[in-house]
Amino acid sequence: MIAQLTSSERQYSAVILILLLMAGIAMAALGKADALGVQGVIVLLYSGVLLAFVLSSIDKPEPSEDRQANYYDDPIKVGIVLSMVWAVFGMFMGVWVAAQLAWPNLAFDAAWSTFGRMRPAHTTGVIFGFGGNALIATSFHVVQRTSRTRLAGQLSPWFVLMGYNLFCLLAVSGYFIGITQSKEYAEAEWYADLWLVIVWVTYLVLYIRTLARRKEPHIYVANWYFMAFIVVVAMLHIVNNLAVPVSWGHAKSYTIWPGVQDAMVQWWYGHNAVAFFLTAGFLGMMYYYLPKRAGRPIFSYRLSILSFWGITFFYMWAGSHHLHYTALPHWVQNLGMTFSVMLLVPSWASAGNALLTLNGAWHKVRDDATLRFMMVAAVFYGLSTFEGSFLAIRPVNSLSHYTDWTVGHVHAGALGWVALITFGSLYTLVPALWKRERMYSAALVEVHFWLALAGTLIYVFAMWNSGIIQGLMWRTYTEDNALAYSFVDSLLAMYPYYIARAFGGLLFLLGTIVGCYNIWMTVRMAPVTAQDHADLPDRRAAPGIAPSPAE
Amino acid sequence: MAVEEVDPVSGRVTTGHEWNGIKELDTPVPRGVLIFLIVTHIFAVIWWFVMPTWPLGTTYTKGLLDTNQHKIVEERLVQANAARASWVDAIETASFDEIRADPKLMGIVRSTGHQLFGDNCAACHGRDGKGGHGYPDLTDDDWIWGGDPEMIAETMRIGINSPHPESRASQMPAFGRDQMLDRRQVVDVAAYVHSLSNPSESTSATIGSIEAGKEVFLANCAACHGEDAKGNRDLGAPNLADGYWIYGGDLQAIITTIHSGRQGHMPTWDERLSPAEIKILALYVHSLGVENP
Repeated sequence: MIAQLTSSERQYSAVILILLLMAGIAMAALGKADALGVQGVIVLLYSGVLLAFVLSSIDKPEPSEDRQANYYDDPIKVGIVLSMVWAVFGMFMGVWVAAQLAWPNLAFDAAWSTFGRMRPAHTTGVIFGFGGNALIATSFHVVQRTSRTRLAGQLSPWFVLMGYNLFCLLAVSGYFIGITQSKEYAEAEWYADLWLVIVWVTYLVLYIRTLARRKEPHIYVANWYFMAFIVVVAMLHIVNNLAVPVSWGHAKSYTIWPGVQDAMVQWWYGHNAVAFFLTAGFLGMMYYYLPKRAGRPIFSYRLSILSFWGITFFYMWAGSHHLHYTALPHWVQNLGMTFSVMLLVPSWASAGNALLTLNGAWHKVRDDATLRFMMVAAVFYGLSTFEGSFLAIRPVNSLSHYTDWTVGHVHAGALGWVALITFGSLYTLVPALWKRERMYSAALVEVHFWLALAGTLIYVFAMWNSGIIQGLMWRTYTEDNALAYSFVDSLLAMYPYYIARAFGGLLFLLGTIVGCYNIWMTVRMAPVTAQDHADLPDRRAAPGIAPSPAE
Repeated sequence: MAVEEVDPVSGRVTTGHEWNGIKELDTPVPRGVLIFLIVTHIFAVIWWFVMPTWPLGTTYTKGLLDTNQHKIVEERLVQANAARASWVDAIETASFDEIRADPKLMGIVRSTGHQLFGDNCAACHGRDGKGGHGYPDLTDDDWIWGGDPEMIAETMRIGINSPHPESRASQMPAFGRDQMLDRRQVVDVAAYVHSLSNPSESTSATIGSIEAGKEVFLANCAACHGEDAKGNRDLGAPNLADGYWIYGGDLQAIITTIHSGRQGHMPTWDERLSPAEIKILALYVHSLGVENP
């Protein structure tokens, strides 16, 4: 990996790591006994290990001159591995917190393992650790292949990937020692947020510069979505995390947004994190790997345009539907609700476009679990976007809000859509990237598929049942017009569903572990010996080599 | 570059672009999608006209229905109170004895009391009212401040060691920690108190300690707990002779209580619950004891 860098690039990376190391020392010194000091030590160790790695290879021979004629795949490989490591960690935390809800003693009476600290470790682990690394890795792959150009930087892809993982590590380790902004999906504190801004802007510049170098006349749809993901996440992250730290020596900060405006900014962020991180980014993935695997052209370019602009425009307005029946003014709630309804058709257009692309390839869906992952992901995408618009309607929301229905809805999207499209994409990408003929075991992909699907269905059905029962119990009146149930009564009614949910999550986790094994064994397989001339940026220019057919 | 091709499966032409083998068909947007898109927009526009929706500088469009969520909540609260008025008024005005004599009102007490108890009392006293360490059992017949519905309602209204100005106040001093009694005396008086509800513990080996403890008790404890140790409900001093314990009745637990003292806390429910709700809960709690002797 380091061998791909020139000696001056190696020196630059050493300088960056030394600066980071000094930042870690400064944090540790300023933070002292505060939690910030502990976070400083983590920065120190992280940059120290990377620095040792760079220095150990600094004298290796220079890379060959023709590296620019190849795609830059090393950061993608590391990104895939990190993504799978985070997946196992994040999903394990998910199973644990799910089990805590059924058996609270599983917190073992310690502070670090309370639900309030473990739950953000789960969400950050799966959304940012697993999802984020998968997005960075696949976006680096897709932008190079669809632009027929190498990434526009040698060092910056590494900076983006490793810097991003430092953010995830700071966030998750902070939760366990009690650091939080108490903003859902934005729990990391100010110093980690500032660091992510630097990393994310580098990502944006790298992506735009790579697109600017493209050798294709048009920008492919997948890149529209990846660009929307990168641009909007930068915007959301900065605005929602505007805060004033207590001092340079404290991890704690206070948001600049007051009261109900803070709630509105938070859910503008929260909803669009779903929209642009968990939807747009993964649609970018789907638009490349699904047609690639199916060997079919995209069903409709026009539908792509309709859904892209529909999603990017309407999603921005919909966040207030998270605050129905609260102190937020009624008119803001109504505005968010109507935009959520108008969002439905553009969302479904993407799901429909994906499924109709499979026309002519349904026999492959039957036989190939990798493609089936992506097909089922598109179905769950359609299902959860319908559910989202439906739950955003105020009278419906009055039943569903604060119940497990919301949790079920989120996981229909997160497990059924985000995770399944990622696994389908990774099973397509891994053999291509490591130049293996195929995945190590098609049977294990099949096993993973059924574990993941069964886990998702058990989870989602358990939460639908539990959520609707909760919502109904809270609004059931006796014939004397008094409430029929106490809150504890509704909690007792949840017990069997909480066990089922933990079991569904466990199946999903087992599937992921099977996937890790399969990917690891694929990497260890012998590479295809013949040089694959098709996977080079300027294959058309190379004499005597015909462009590869669509599939 | 752009060369349109015909896709053999669908018969559609491609857009002529290609990205690493991926092509796109030039299929028009299906009519059904457009119709559905228009339907959702019509729904939104209608909603904009009838409900408050769009900001206008410092105000917003009020909508043709001229409604808002505050108005709706207020109307519904009025409706809900009206629907309950008949029995709420009856419970507020009737005496406890009158309510207990009325099977219909007692039915309401039981169903409403279950929900009120679950949401307000169960966190400390348990869903079944049986309490736990530090939280009195409400189903037995041992009452510190009195167990008839009137007294239970009063305890709920003003609380014990609560911020309410009329709060009941009660404190068990820390005789050992504050050095009112020495170590030997604490052990002796604990042995005496323990023997009151466990006469069999009084053996030739312990009788000396128990006898000494009785002297300590009469000098230090009897003022509140009474010479017979049967407690005093005016002071909230528990009966120590009945075998019911809040903080545990084994010898070690009694020693801990005498050494470190106790000061329990019962919140005031005066402003949190309505007078009718307090009455319902008092009767409900009372019925727990009656039904589970």
